Amino acid sequence: MKTKLLTALLLGTSILGTTGMALAEDVTLNIESWRGDDLTIWKDKLIPAFEAKNPGIKVVFAPSAPTEYDAALGAKLAAGSAGDLITCRPFDKSLELFKKGNLGDLTALPGMENFSPVAKAAWQTDDGKSSFCVPMASVIHGFIYNKDAFDKLGIKVPQTREEFFAALDKIKADGTYIPMAMGTKDLWEAATMGYQNIGPNYWKGEEGRAALIKGEQKLTDKDWVAPYEELAKWKPYLGDGFEAQTYPDSQNLFTLGRAAIYPAGSWEIGLFNTQAQFKMGAFPPPVEKAGDTCYISDHTDIGMGLNAASKHAEEAKKFLSWVASPDFATIYANALPGFFSLNSSPVKMEDPLAQEFVSWRGKCKSTIRSTYQILSRGTPNLENETWVESANVINGTDTPEAAAKKLQDGLDSWYKPAK
Amino acid sequence: MAAQTRPKRPIRWHVGVFLAPAVLVYTAIMILPLAGTLQLSLFRNVEQHQVFVGFDNFRTLFGDPNWSVNFWNALRNNVWFFIIHMLVQNPIGVLLAALLSSPRLRFAVFYRTAIFVPTILSFVIVGFAWKLILSPLWGVAPHLMDFVGLKSLFTPWLGKEQYALTALSLVSVWQFVGIPMMLIYAALLSIPEEVIEAAECDGITGMAQFWKIKLPLILPSIGIISILTFVGNFNAFDLIYTAQGALAGPNYSTDILGTFLYRAFFGFQLQVGDPNMGAAIATMMFLIILGGVCVYLFLVQTRLRRYQF
Repeated sequence: MKTKLLTALLLGTSILGTTGMALAEDVTLNIESWRGDDLTIWKDKLIPAFEAKNPGIKVVFAPSAPTEYDAALGAKLAAGSAGDLITCRPFDKSLELFKKGNLGDLTALPGMENFSPVAKAAWQTDDGKSSFCVPMASVIHGFIYNKDAFDKLGIKVPQTREEFFAALDKIKADGTYIPMAMGTKDLWEAATMGYQNIGPNYWKGEEGRAALIKGEQKLTDKDWVAPYEELAKWKPYLGDGFEAQTYPDSQNLFTLGRAAIYPAGSWEIGLFNTQAQFKMGAFPPPVEKAGDTCYISDHTDIGMGLNAASKHAEEAKKFLSWVASPDFATIYANALPGFFSLNSSPVKMEDPLAQEFVSWRGKCKSTIRSTYQILSRGTPNLENETWVESANVINGTDTPEAAAKKLQDGLDSWYKPAK
Repeated sequence: MAAQTRPKRPIRWHVGVFLAPAVLVYTAIMILPLAGTLQLSLFRNVEQHQVFVGFDNFRTLFGDPNWSVNFWNALRNNVWFFIIHMLVQNPIGVLLAALLSSPRLRFAVFYRTAIFVPTILSFVIVGFAWKLILSPLWGVAPHLMDFVGLKSLFTPWLGKEQYALTALSLVSVWQFVGIPMMLIYAALLSIPEEVIEAAECDGITGMAQFWKIKLPLILPSIGIISILTFVGNFNAFDLIYTAQGALAGPNYSTDILGTFLYRAFFGFQLQVGDPNMGAAIATMMFLIILGGVCVYLFLVQTRLRRYQF
């Protein structure tokens, strides 16, 4: 009896052992990510598309919770158990991993030539010489509006700031709709959807951003204070009690059709499409005079890098080259409307609202949020302070000048631009 | 001579044995982490290495205006948070207990339970529920105030710098008023009938009876409640975090030591966490609480008169 059992066990293990070996001929790549929401897209669309073209490589998408991602990834990298491919946060968090030697250098990766310098900036060393993540997607800022409301009130889509405020006045005078759905309670709305949305038109996008990093411009300069002056003018157009209005409140106000204009990030598109019962359109931040060059915040948000300790670096690089290809961009951008591919070759998208957003890339110049690269490394943290001050300016607790001065003083206390 | 007469007492092993579980568990989960925090606050991360820097982190905390302004602001807010609790929560707790212990009150058990229920709710539930109640868009507060004709007094309290902290303190009072109520209620019940009867014989009844007889007898309980409130308030974090977020807006007006510590230790958004500065703040919180408790123990409690029945 006992021997029989033993033989059965031995037989069993030998069979299992051989199947294990058979599987090992296929290389399995694991992807670390915080985008649990995208699990089905990866499983059903992206990975099958890659595997069909690359037999012998299996890919597993293994996300963890967004709030745990950075800590969990750090621990896994230290223990040597992290996946082969690592989804990259923009800027410093990934740069730190690269400096520690956790991320491989991808400067020479085939496919990297498909991206513009701005797209790659989020995952480069400060001197721009080495790249370590393939840019995957960005989000674009602008304004989403209620088309039905605009038609009813006979408002044309505003091109200039004057038209913009005229439209707001008209909506306010009519009284059916709250002119603009935004609150200051969560602070970041005011900074991200407000300051970083309309700002690039004033500081001329990349030009101003680079000058700020070099120390040639200051936050107290006219171009950087002016967006605050415009923000201060938004106050009368916001809903009652906007001081205690949270981000989900703003989303609901707009999708319920109670507000006419929503200062937006393109990531809203997916949600708004399912929730709003009316037609929607979008326009980029208005410029001063018709015909002025427009600038949009086209913020790099997500990329993918190579675990330097990966045992299957060659296969992983193959995968990354595919991520850099137009094929990937098309599937990804269509599956997640509002997360736009950073690929230079234009991507055909089905969603009309997403198409509208991405069409601005053709006529406007792209930039990223001014506070993200280098400038938020110290204490006080410029990004966080920008949240607080943007909300203060709209609430009227700080004048635009005072807010700008506070930010610049905070920055001066630790940031010494290389001259 | 005296030494000869006194028999040698055996070593009482059982004392150690019985104390051991509590001492070991408490040391492992309280004292060691505390010591670890104190130690962490004396180091600094230089080029990925922990380097001993003495009290430099504290010098930064108090000397560098980028830190000190935030620290003093958080401390001031915390003191205000505590004052509201002492002025509102504890008197209301005493009042409720006095009402509950009145023999003529009907449904006393129901009231007692109803008032105590918020205490056992999670902070997250309380934070979100009150955020919704006070919401100017969908909250019930504006409607209810409209019913009684006070709509004009409604403002988005949680979004206004001058009201937000007080509003949140009152929410916290609402949540925790059950604790002083229960403790005082128990103290009131433990006052023997004879004392009350004796007072009645001497003609002390009604309010005078409460002030002259009952209040002195429950003072030790009020002292304990004060110190519990003090420790709880200076450790507070959850309510502010759930209602206002880690940046404790608007304009840091609801920032208390707990949220300040959180931002420093764990970081927030693009701000990278600095465990060493966080530990320095935690150490300051520890010292503040230690100081407060010492003041209570050595100055207040020794002067409280206790009555034995």
